[in-house]
Amino acid sequence: MALVGFVCCVVATPAHLLWPYLGQVAVLAVVVAIAGLSPLRLMRGLAIELPFVAFALAMPFLATGPTTSVAGVAVSIAGLWGAATLLAKSTVSVFAALILASTTRPHEFVAGLQRLHLPGTLTEILGFMVRYLDVIRGQWRQMTIARASRGFRARDPRSWRSLSGAVGSGFIRAYERGERVHLAMLSRGYAGALPEAVQTAPPATARQWLAAAVVPTAALGITVVAWWSA
Amino acid sequence: MTALLAVRGLAYAYPDGRQALYGVNLRIDRGERVALLGPNGAGKTTLALHLNGILTAGAGSVSVAGLPVTQPNLTEIRRRVGLVFQDPDDQLFLPTVAQDVAFGPANLGMRGAELQQRVDEALTLVGLPEVADRVPHHLSFGQRRRVAVATVLAMRPDLLVLDEPTSNLDPAARRELAEVLTALDTTMLMVTHDLPYALQLCPRSVILADGVIVADGPTRELLADAALLARHRLELPYGFTLSADSPPRR
Repeated sequence: MALVGFVCCVVATPAHLLWPYLGQVAVLAVVVAIAGLSPLRLMRGLAIELPFVAFALAMPFLATGPTTSVAGVAVSIAGLWGAATLLAKSTVSVFAALILASTTRPHEFVAGLQRLHLPGTLTEILGFMVRYLDVIRGQWRQMTIARASRGFRARDPRSWRSLSGAVGSGFIRAYERGERVHLAMLSRGYAGALPEAVQTAPPATARQWLAAAVVPTAALGITVVAWWSA
Repeated sequence: MTALLAVRGLAYAYPDGRQALYGVNLRIDRGERVALLGPNGAGKTTLALHLNGILTAGAGSVSVAGLPVTQPNLTEIRRRVGLVFQDPDDQLFLPTVAQDVAFGPANLGMRGAELQQRVDEALTLVGLPEVADRVPHHLSFGQRRRVAVATVLAMRPDLLVLDEPTSNLDPAARRELAEVLTALDTTMLMVTHDLPYALQLCPRSVILADGVIVADGPTRELLADAALLARHRLELPYGFTLSADSPPRR
């Protein structure tokens, strides 16, 4: 909820102003410091933003209207502002999402979604994915080692056949795992739905709500001041 | 006296037509610890899956404490028969150990303090009360195996069925599991081809081969019969000798 609230404030920040984003980054920097996260590691995570960066870089050349000259090249003024705003909004939002991912264990994230009353089937699927991702990754790693131990190297398209076979084999193993898990669930009385007693995460305390509200509230304050000054 | 487990003339063929069981007869009384021995492909796991109604008998019958294993009785049957699967990763699927141990009793309708008490009790029985809030896949394999046992103990089963409980366990984890199982007063059927473990834990053994029970008797006597073991592709570990009336020598 805090992340969604924060991102909404970032998205609602008025155009043609860049200082509010610096304020929002400052808020996130405080969170990073308190959580003891590595800024460098978070920066590396920003790589997932690259598609937005590519689009933003194209905007000054694609947008129409009055132009200005940058290094001798005519570019759209509206496009420049659009690119800067898009880059700022996406970077700050992705940065916030990365902080959430770095400070929240996957099963806590699923429990949070349960508290927010996401449909049970979705949280069950997410829970299974979180639980078995490591198991399936481990199996894949073993298959990779077994291939490499027999001299396999994925160097050219001729290796694709072997790799696709391995992917198929991995899928079948995962499918069979799913069947065995289902049998084990049936053996303990599963009748089609997880009992509420094991899937409902305990409600958050008032203190947790307050702590979670600090960051979006700070971002909201910055956005409000930005709109007022604009 | 009513047998705790009564299997009569049980036959089963998989949907692809492969016949796995050809008429199994087995009786286990309350308080017994029995090893179900047999080579790979003998039908041991198939038999185990009939005991709590996961598979339905093609012919014959299974009853637990007099209650037939049939569709209307499945909830109670699965309460009475606790099946521990070979791979604990198949059994432990919820985010935390406590949630996983609570899964079975919660399916029986338990809630609140009663449910919590079942979880604490089961984890204490397997000697792992401190892992309740841990994520299952962060535990060692041996711990996961013991937690898997706890997930069925929480249902207070009348019969505990363990499928290859020692597979992939290191010697220390194997000993720890043996200590846990020995301390339980639950009737037990242990599916295994780990013959020394059967000797250690189960006074009685049955041998399943080619879908039928071919031998039933005291574990020591069966394991001392080299010809019987050889006929059914069972072997004691290298250097392990056993006579019908003496402790094993290595």
